[in-house]
Amino acid sequence: MSLARDIMTISAVSAGVFFFLAGTAGLLRFPDTLTRLHALTKADNLGLGLVVLGLLPQAGSLREGLKLVSIWLLVLLAGATVSQLIARTARQGETAK
Amino acid sequence: MNIATIFEVVLAAVVLGLGIWTIAVRETYSATVGFVAYGLLVALIWVRLDAVDVALTEAAIGGGLGGVLLLGAAARLRDAEPTVAEAPGMVTRVSAAALSALTAAALAGAIVFLPDPAPTLAPTVVAHASATSLANPVTNVLMAFRAMDTMLEKVVLLLAIIGVWSLAPDNAWGGHPGPRHQADPDGILVFLARLLPPVGIVVAIYIFWTGANHPGGAFQGGAILASMWVLAIMAGLTDTPSIGRRWLRFVLVAGPGLFLLVGLGGLWFGTAFLAYPPALAKPLILGIEVAMILTIAATLGLLLAGAPERSVK
Repeated sequence: MSLARDIMTISAVSAGVFFFLAGTAGLLRFPDTLTRLHALTKADNLGLGLVVLGLLPQAGSLREGLKLVSIWLLVLLAGATVSQLIARTARQGETAK
Repeated sequence: MNIATIFEVVLAAVVLGLGIWTIAVRETYSATVGFVAYGLLVALIWVRLDAVDVALTEAAIGGGLGGVLLLGAAARLRDAEPTVAEAPGMVTRVSAAALSALTAAALAGAIVFLPDPAPTLAPTVVAHASATSLANPVTNVLMAFRAMDTMLEKVVLLLAIIGVWSLAPDNAWGGHPGPRHQADPDGILVFLARLLPPVGIVVAIYIFWTGANHPGGAFQGGAILASMWVLAIMAGLTDTPSIGRRWLRFVLVAGPGLFLLVGLGGLWFGTAFLAYPPALAKPLILGIEVAMILTIAATLGLLLAGAPERSVK
């Protein structure tokens, strides 16, 4: 039982790390603000989501699990808002030129 | 070398690198972003050192509210930056570098030549935890064993806000601090400012309440409350209160004031200044902390808002 949980943790966290790596590569390599934002939000949403999913089997209690999930939800909310704000500012900067 | 050690070495290297980059980089804005990232990573170091209370404070102040303060300063400096092109002279730079190196060497020496085992009061604190019926040793030290320091720290916060207010021009005295923020009422920022504060207030109260037995406390909770307030102000949902308001001044002195009253009560009825009667220790400490979380939230929010700029009319 604990082996199954460990396998799930390792595979989900590894997948999350992959998304973070891909997001970072995109942030460094993509040409403009909007595409870089696209790469970054994938890392935040999917990467952290998979890391949290992988940590859930290791949570000691239901309360700890709920805390982990709510951290992910809060980061989703903050990430979505900030990327919208940055994208709008970038768009306004383009039209102003 | 196990994986935790590798992680720690990498973390230390990144923090050092970020520190150097923050000092070396040209633009104020980039330096600010570097400093915020530096604050968040330093919080991770505190977690690795098992000092979660300090990590929470560092993340809230060094990474969060301090970052907002510096970003505001950088935005104001941006217009003036091209005119201040002349760099400080050679003598200034060399002496600043020498002083910094000397300070760093003295700190490094103090740490390297610490006696082994390092002198510590931690076992004493843990042994006397039952005196207050609070299980978090950090809260015990802050609120009971070294309560005097915490009280004076709150007085310092009060002095800081007086210092900021005293920068107000005469015609704005008693007015609203900072600019009146405007945002698109259907925009995403207003949406966040309506959605997040209920969650943030619950988290802040939880962090404050759990501080009795686990990492957390009034300062960390107060910082979260302040950030919710600042979010509502930045989204234009509410204005900063005019500094002449009676309730505002009452909230600002509530924390240190109640602390002082309880301290004098200890002197009057008990054995010493700030001596809590053992049976009442926990309710008294919690009461002081409730007043303190409000004071801290109001003070941090007003420190971010800055000096009064607009008169009441």
